[in-house]
Amino acid sequence: MNSIIAASTTAGVVLSLLAYWIGTLLRKKTGWSFMNPLLISILLVIVFLLVFRVSYADYQASARYLSWFLTPATVSLAIPLYLQLERLKKNIKAILLSIFAGSLASMVSVLALSVLFGFTHSQYVTFLPKSITTAIGMGVSEELGGFPAITAVVIVVTGIFGNIIGETVCKALNVTDPVAVGLAFGTSAHAIGTAKAMELGETEGAMSSLAIVTAGIITVLLVNVFAMLY
Amino acid sequence: MKYLKQFGIILLVTCIGEIIRYFVPLPIPGSIYGLTLMFGLLCAHVIRVEDVKEAAVFLIEIMPVMFIPAAVGLIESWGELQPILIQTVIILVLTTVIVMAVTGKTAMIMIEKEKKNHE
Repeated sequence: MNSIIAASTTAGVVLSLLAYWIGTLLRKKTGWSFMNPLLISILLVIVFLLVFRVSYADYQASARYLSWFLTPATVSLAIPLYLQLERLKKNIKAILLSIFAGSLASMVSVLALSVLFGFTHSQYVTFLPKSITTAIGMGVSEELGGFPAITAVVIVVTGIFGNIIGETVCKALNVTDPVAVGLAFGTSAHAIGTAKAMELGETEGAMSSLAIVTAGIITVLLVNVFAMLY
Repeated sequence: MKYLKQFGIILLVTCIGEIIRYFVPLPIPGSIYGLTLMFGLLCAHVIRVEDVKEAAVFLIEIMPVMFIPAAVGLIESWGELQPILIQTVIILVLTTVIVMAVTGKTAMIMIEKEKKNHE
């Protein structure tokens, strides 16, 4: 099996897409929010590689073409941001301050817990970008000398967790304004949280996608300072 | 041709972002420079939204599958994750709730304050 996968220039991509498709089917059939297509597809591919004894390198040889799209896709996030320009201008103070506070809270809590757990520097910087979108977070982790693969999984699971508990947390804290709800989802749970915010309403969704980009940029700017602290 | 042109523009801006990354000695991924540049060019009307929209929307829509290969890399880094699995779960749960609470509460206070100012 390993040599078949290794000989193909598309097998890794096909395997990934197939696994994702199964994930979306499971999600539709069950309707459970923890049946996240991305999480399911990651698990399926891992199981496939282990069962058929395919090495990660052979899978990655073709699957890396999927990752290749990540950089232009991240650049594309500028487009929805631009389309929200009017809304952005109107609520600029509340938006920037709350996303800044949220991003700061994320890194402060990761720092505090890393000190508490006695993490190494590499482990600490692996978790630092956990709340932001994978595309930016993995880049940050790599640049700072963390483990990008762990960062990727932590980010994805953070998104799914935020997606599931978001409504409960907002209700419990009396966060009711659609703008505030959207910002809370996007800052804490990036794109996967945004999917939930979109279900709640148009404003929630727009604010959440705005928060993905803004939190990403704020985190990139602050993360270098935090990396030096521990 | 339309999609090729749109994708071409996005790639061009991406490429410039990566070149900037090459010259600036900061641990900031090239994609962030590209994103900022694209936003600036749109605001300055150098690039029209119609020139990039469909390709951009498509790329954003299929973004989740792009994360699969990297996350599957967990197979390779499992050795690093396994000893800190419990700590990882604690960090994950705590920080997500904290960030959500801080962001949501700050936004609520700001919005209500502005509403009062208007009245």
